[in-house]
Amino acid sequence: MRERSAWITDAQSPDGCLKFPMNIWLVNHGRALRIALRRLIAAPLITLLSLLAIGVALALPAGGQMLLNNVQRLMGSTSATPQISVFMATDAGRGAATELGARLKKHPAVKQQRFLPREDTLQRMKANAGLREVIDVLPNNPFPDAFIVTAIDDQPATLDLLVEEFRQWPKVAHVQLDSAWARRLEALLRLGRNVVTLLGGLLATGLTAITFNIIRMQVLTHRAEIEVSQLLGATNGFICRPFLYFGALLGFAGGATAWLLIAAAAWWLRTPLDELLHLYEFTYSLQSLSLADAALLLGIATGLGWLGALLSLGQHLRHS
Amino acid sequence: MIRFDRVAKRYPPGIDALSALSFEMTAGDMLIVSGHSGAGKSTLIKLVAAIEKPTSGAVLVGGQNVGTLSRSALPFLRRRLGLVLQDQKLLFDRSVFENVMLPLSIIGFPPKEAMQRVRAALDKVGLAMREKALPIALSGGEQQRLAIARAVVSRPALLLADEPTAHLDAETAADVARIFHEFHRAGVTVLIATYDGHLFPDARTLRLDHGCSVA
Ligand SMILES: Nc1ncnc2c1ncn2[C@@H]1O[C@H](COP(=O)(O)OP(=O)(O)OP(=O)(O)O)[C@@H](O)[C@H]1O
Ligand SMILES: [Mg+2]
Repeated sequence: MRERSAWITDAQSPDGCLKFPMNIWLVNHGRALRIALRRLIAAPLITLLSLLAIGVALALPAGGQMLLNNVQRLMGSTSATPQISVFMATDAGRGAATELGARLKKHPAVKQQRFLPREDTLQRMKANAGLREVIDVLPNNPFPDAFIVTAIDDQPATLDLLVEEFRQWPKVAHVQLDSAWARRLEALLRLGRNVVTLLGGLLATGLTAITFNIIRMQVLTHRAEIEVSQLLGATNGFICRPFLYFGALLGFAGGATAWLLIAAAAWWLRTPLDELLHLYEFTYSLQSLSLADAALLLGIATGLGWLGALLSLGQHLRHS
Repeated sequence: MIRFDRVAKRYPPGIDALSALSFEMTAGDMLIVSGHSGAGKSTLIKLVAAIEKPTSGAVLVGGQNVGTLSRSALPFLRRRLGLVLQDQKLLFDRSVFENVMLPLSIIGFPPKEAMQRVRAALDKVGLAMREKALPIALSGGEQQRLAIARAVVSRPALLLADEPTAHLDAETAADVARIFHEFHRAGVTVLIATYDGHLFPDARTLRLDHGCSVA
């Protein structure tokens, strides 16, 4: 009789288990995660190859982004703001220079101006052994007094006008805009950024396709289990969850692989790059992905893996 | 509990598996469906579990017309049933224990209590010592009993079984029949399709012949 009541009590409640709604959620997700992990570990070679495929696919755009960030940081450290160099005539004399300095200071379009006395320039040039011999032969200082000017508005058109204006000033021999290289580099950077975006879009699609296919195979190998689960009253969510976790985990691990690949590449390139930059008199050290970028990479990879799994399940569970 | 109202089932090429079948089962009933091979016994079971939909007529389970159930409502019907199909649909890559655990995982049963229930169910069918075995390592009768354990572990109000004693020797078949009797005595509504009607002498019998009920 005791047994009778035990079997009946549960028989009365429609799905046996409404008493633990909070737990159900946790239990269900914990279970799905465990199954997904077990499936990843069960086929280590396939998992490893998939991770490598995803890792390389993600490392290309992410690595490109890293390089762009480095180039930008390098530009920042060498002041990419355009400067105007104003060279005076060599026979102008210090008085004219002082006058010009005052005039620049008063000019409304000028943000900053720095005076480079010709003596200092001479000293600086003499520091170079090769140049010193040449300079020593010359009868007098070949360098003019100069001003380095930065403008408030650094739009190219405004700068060009300013250059023209300075050229008209007395005792000014030569005016030069030092921004051309920075502009070219900036245009290149912009192009690079577009290329990285394009590459990222393409490879994100590729990653989604990779997980789509992996999940398709998973669904096929688990046909029997899916069918039996449906017979026993499993909801679509219950059946899909392990596959979604599988896709997300694969994406996450693939993202981590990409991050490792990039970190390894950065470490590998750092020394030769430092040496190269040193030859161009830059001191700059290659930076790997920042923490925020790495987190973004992992997040996107996880999301794409999940998306691939979702699309695949929509396609392959519909008619079962 | 179950009501068939002039139910007909025709399979695609034009095979009439059931025609104008009407019968009723109240809660706590035990009903045996018998008949020759191809009479429509499995079809009847599948209609109750909404594995197939009737071509015409209504199949009511617990007052619900299961023929018109939406896909999203289906799981909740199935959870109220214990289902033993003719081909038992065991998972051969999972242990005996995991096979019986599956229905409880599906309803999100707390793991600790679920484990106790699985052991109780296995104990009931005499498989307590084989929980780590794979189904392939079980005899035919043991596989049959495993399927029963999986059907009853969630303690459903309604137990459906299709040929649960097929291919078993007389003694094992009697064992399996005894298990169903126990559930019936415990208040579960039991519907069994079988040739071995003599194993359930006290139960009402619905005899099918070419999809029609014969007295
Ligand atoms: N999926 C299907 N497609 C087409 N015809 C089917 C299908 N399932 C069953 N049938 C046909 O319906 C009729 C009834 O089949 P059913 O399986 O219900 O018989 P049964 O009484 O269970 O037979 P058995 O005792 O051999 O299991 C048979 O003629 C069978 O060939
Ligand atoms: Mg049959």
